[in-house]
Amino acid sequence: MKSMRTVSVVLVLAGFAASAQAKIRVVTSLADFASIADAVGGDRVETFALAKGYQDPHFVDAKPSFILKLSRADLLIVAGLELEIGYLPPLIDQSRNEKIHPGSPGYLDASVGCDILQRPTEVVTRAMGDVHPYGNPHYWTDPENGRVIARAIAARLTELDPAGKAVYEANLATFETGLTAKEKEWQARMAPFAGTKIVTFHESWPNLAKYFRLEIVGTVEPKPGIPPSPSHTLEIINLISGDKVPVILVEPYFDIKTPQYIGDKTGAVVLTFYPSVGGIPEIKDYIGVFDYDVNAFVNAMRGKK
Amino acid sequence: MAQEASPPQPAPAPTPSPTPAPAAPAQTANYFNPAISVIGNLLAVAGQNQVENLPSFSLRESEIGFQAVVDPYARADFFFSVGENDISVEEGYLTLTALPWDLQMKLGRMRVAFGKVNTLHLHVLPWPDEPLPIPDILGSEDGWIETGGSISRLIPLPGDVFSELTLQVFRGDSPNLFAASTHGGLAYNGHYRVFADLSDSTNIDVGASYAFGPNGTTTTAMTNLSGVDAVFRWKPLRTGLYRQLVLRGELYHSNREQPDGTQNATGWYMSGEYQFARRWWVGARGESSQVAVDAAIKNRGAAATLTFNPSEFTQFRGELRRRRYADSYTANELLFQVQFAIGAHGAHPF
Repeated sequence: MKSMRTVSVVLVLAGFAASAQAKIRVVTSLADFASIADAVGGDRVETFALAKGYQDPHFVDAKPSFILKLSRADLLIVAGLELEIGYLPPLIDQSRNEKIHPGSPGYLDASVGCDILQRPTEVVTRAMGDVHPYGNPHYWTDPENGRVIARAIAARLTELDPAGKAVYEANLATFETGLTAKEKEWQARMAPFAGTKIVTFHESWPNLAKYFRLEIVGTVEPKPGIPPSPSHTLEIINLISGDKVPVILVEPYFDIKTPQYIGDKTGAVVLTFYPSVGGIPEIKDYIGVFDYDVNAFVNAMRGKK
Repeated sequence: MAQEASPPQPAPAPTPSPTPAPAAPAQTANYFNPAISVIGNLLAVAGQNQVENLPSFSLRESEIGFQAVVDPYARADFFFSVGENDISVEEGYLTLTALPWDLQMKLGRMRVAFGKVNTLHLHVLPWPDEPLPIPDILGSEDGWIETGGSISRLIPLPGDVFSELTLQVFRGDSPNLFAASTHGGLAYNGHYRVFADLSDSTNIDVGASYAFGPNGTTTTAMTNLSGVDAVFRWKPLRTGLYRQLVLRGELYHSNREQPDGTQNATGWYMSGEYQFARRWWVGARGESSQVAVDAAIKNRGAAATLTFNPSEFTQFRGELRRRRYADSYTANELLFQVQFAIGAHGAHPF
């Protein structure tokens, strides 16, 4: 293991155009970034995601076993925007791996260049709940941001492993071609629902809503990170009844009880919506996230129109 | 701008315009200031206790933290413990993060890596008070805090099992524990920790510690400390916001040479905490310890806790505690603790 890492370090430093037996070790916070890195890196990389796709990405435990993964990593890809603030900084500090410290080539903030929504325009305080002062960190739910992320990963892999440049370029082109074709399909299937008003549990979906031209009119949480309260639940029930909101989207890691209660009172469909790869076993890659969610949404809307 | 990098296929509408600037925080005058946090800790006590006579209300051991990266090679962490009339450096150390061979070094004042609870700050403990072995074996409620140096190394084991060996050397100056009289009389500590994931939702964290140093009762008297610690965690990842279980326990032993003979004292605690709703935890603790300076004295206790976290930043906790001191005097008390954090968002406790 040690010698493999030494080999890759030498390659990076000297930029030898040799075919490396050592794979570039990529650790990502989210399974989605690992999936994109797999698509772009192909056989030249091996990936590991710290958070599971069915786990709240804000509340990942800082397990020492992750320190071990980070100590051997060549590249760390994070969502940034303070999504990982609760667990990643102490892990990076204890990794003994300066290659992946912020500011090093081995540290990639995937939010750079992406379309980031809800950047606060006024002073934020925690009276607003668990707000992210740099903008909404759930931006990978827009496939066009996925394209930006794939390009950034390809560029960074090329920087770390110049010998793989042609491979990364070819894999990126394949990924983008596939994504473009899929985007046409998703847009076509979702087009009839443009302008549909929806309610979500947490503020996880503004990017997806913008992409598919859905209108988020409320959240089950009164404020980000604050669990549902009786008075707010009543407001949401009135809102859904008044606006004839057909569907409530719930991330897989939230308790379904309150959304179900709201659904029972209003007739809105409660739909578990998966933000990440591996949310359920059927979602095997980044494209699969949208395949699954678009399909689930279209099915839920059947008979609603 | 990334859009102009000519994709192989044109992207379909709608095409969002990527932000022109990197998603970085705005530059301000205090950009390089350390992250500052303050954690208030109010303790209220009801009931009679003639041994540990805590005030009815006290703002005690509040914490002020300053943390920042120093340069490409190091970071620094300062934690001040603030009482109503006093302030002390609970920790203040430099961490060298860029050493070779999987090494990491800490220099300064720090909570000694002896056992588990001794390394933790008050606000991450699952109780409002320290279990008995901390005051009885380690000499004070604050535990063993020392000034010196610490070096640790990752020692990978097969199967992605984490293990870390920590060796520490200190001045040997901690109330009722170590008192070195000369520069040569240092206190030493070693800790070995193994962490393994048993499954996606369960893991186990075990450690062993050994320490020794002069205790100051005579010019040659030494204290040897040993301990084992274990933590088992269950957190189903999908529903981990609502359900978790933590079981923990530690065993301590002190061998203390004194003019009146060698004292051998043993202490332990066991505790379980269960999260039964998004913001609620219940817990129970059993504890027993001989006193290091006089092993004939044995204290024991039991406690039950209920914790409510309105948000990540506030916590209300009640503890019903019964302690029996020296097998002769029993105190029943209700401890009520309010903790509140402002400033930089720290890491979640683990």
